[in-house]
Amino acid sequence: MLTFTIRRLILAVPTLLFISLVIYSLLEFAPGDPMANMPLTIPDEVKQQMREALGVGQPIWISFPKWLYQFFIVEPLVLIDGIFGSTFSEGQQRIISWQTRSPVMDIVAERLPQTLWVVGTAYVVAILIALPIGIYSAYRQYSVFDQAGTFVAMVGYSVPPFFSGVLVIVIFSVNLGWLPSIYDTTLEVVDWETFKLQLKQMIMPVMVLALQITSQISRFMRASMLDNLKQDYVRTARAKGMSEWTVVMVHVLRNSMIPVVTVIALGIPSIFGGAIITEQVFKVNGIGQLLITAIQANDLPTVQTLTFVFAILIVLFNLLADVLYGILDPRIRYD
Amino acid sequence: MTDATNATIGEKMPEAPARGRWADVWRQFRAHRGAFWGMMFLVFITLFVTVGPLIWPHDPTALDIRSKDMRPFYVGLFAGEDSNVKWSWEHPLGTDNLGRDLMAKLMLGGQVSLAVGWVAMLLALFLGALIGVSAGFFKSLDGPLMRMTDLFLALPLLPLLLVMMLLFREPLRATFGSETGTFILIVVVIGITSWMQTARVVRGDVLALKEREFILAARSIGTPSSKIISRHLLPNVMSAIMVSATLGLANAIITESAISFLGLGFPPDFPTWGKLLSDATSRLQRFPERVIWPGVAISFTVLAVNYMGDGLRDALDPRIRGR
Repeated sequence: MLTFTIRRLILAVPTLLFISLVIYSLLEFAPGDPMANMPLTIPDEVKQQMREALGVGQPIWISFPKWLYQFFIVEPLVLIDGIFGSTFSEGQQRIISWQTRSPVMDIVAERLPQTLWVVGTAYVVAILIALPIGIYSAYRQYSVFDQAGTFVAMVGYSVPPFFSGVLVIVIFSVNLGWLPSIYDTTLEVVDWETFKLQLKQMIMPVMVLALQITSQISRFMRASMLDNLKQDYVRTARAKGMSEWTVVMVHVLRNSMIPVVTVIALGIPSIFGGAIITEQVFKVNGIGQLLITAIQANDLPTVQTLTFVFAILIVLFNLLADVLYGILDPRIRYD
Repeated sequence: MTDATNATIGEKMPEAPARGRWADVWRQFRAHRGAFWGMMFLVFITLFVTVGPLIWPHDPTALDIRSKDMRPFYVGLFAGEDSNVKWSWEHPLGTDNLGRDLMAKLMLGGQVSLAVGWVAMLLALFLGALIGVSAGFFKSLDGPLMRMTDLFLALPLLPLLLVMMLLFREPLRATFGSETGTFILIVVVIGITSWMQTARVVRGDVLALKEREFILAARSIGTPSSKIISRHLLPNVMSAIMVSATLGLANAIITESAISFLGLGFPPDFPTWGKLLSDATSRLQRFPERVIWPGVAISFTVLAVNYMGDGLRDALDPRIRGR
């Protein structure tokens, strides 16, 4: 198992390097100029010096390793400093945003909690809804419940989040006036009243995200349960006189969970991508919205860093899914 | 010829006329209610956006400031005669803040959205089939091509799409004009980020087919590789390709709308469904219909295509078809 994990871990390194190179070289083509928004009264020589100070115009074989060094050495050091109060990163150049002239990672760290909070809750809610639906649909295949479940799942991944989001705003904020349409991130939960407010403003974004995730996971759960329900060991278990609950919820469920768990792990990074749109609809100032504003403002370091953060998430969760599969299904481990 | 042989041997002739494989598939497809209605809806929406503008009297770009901000007919009917809701049968779905007819805009927007969807899907299919067949058929290409597919799958697609839109929009617009340039860009960008699933499925099928006797037979009579691929392999992986075609079409329509919604798609005043939706969100409180109709169009089209894919998968699977 350990060799399996280590082999996967080593394979992830070239993948990450390749992705970072793709993202970096793609952005090197960008026509953006960090001085575009500066006043015209600044003389050209000064502008040129400012560009050099920001590291613009260096050839890629200098700037790319430098960026890698900043991303993988300096930023983790800053994190360590922040946690333990040490001074490893003092005097090191960090990745600077062109828009705000502050380190990109600081902005990301400010924005990340909002995204994690909304996305995380949505994912948990979605899994909690999806698993029972999947199990019951498979157990009563072709029943009314199963048909309805199939239909809802179909709708779930056909309706894009920028429409379902706007639709729930029309219904629950505009017409009924029950829920706020904008997510207020300055709200601090201190007492029961603010907790209720927080709950209210989270319902819609979470539900919109959860609908999509639910429809995917419940389909997988159903298919996986169906595969297992037809197996011989289920007949054996029933023949031994076990209760139906034990057969389905213990024997079948545990075996069906193997592929579903990996699907759940693989789905996490794509949720961050989907959250870009949901954040835009509900005006949540998370990292998705940061990416959009950075793209609109031509802020290349931020765009590079954020895209790469997304890429790391994908690779990391792919790895996690592989390892989980290895743990859950001993047949997969081929060491 | 088979019939003739059967007759001479004197075996019992089959009662019903023999059906081809595709007739069978069509029967099964028609039996799937969702798939059938999905196809009907797709035909309807295609006619709506292609034939519709020829019949519909209003021009989607014609300004008519006097009849601006009209509400749809159902709002008017619901409010009753003596209310001051502004509506008319002239513009059944209402008009926007410059008096442009919403129905006409939906038709034009649908043309663009569907065109982007189809072309991007075809491009993705072509790439996917090409890479899948090459990887499955030529052993030496398998490793590198599949590693490349894995790498593409590990890319954060939506952020990259947005970044690519940002980077290449200006140069392409300068070369091809703003509408054509954006169209080419969106189609290419969606195409090269969504071929991976097709490539994987096709490669798997080709790997299995390659070991079958009929390929061996073809090879033993000296058929060149190119002919084996075009005559024997491609027709047999067609069903896998068709199923991923439906998924690809749905995916391309959604992606295009998402890009337009985020404001990185077509230029302003060039309607696509996603763009109509995103333009209308700012006046959502007063004119919800301007958001709802484009959204309904996107959702129903994608739903229809997904149902078609579902039915097609069942119809093309011989284990289910006999049911």
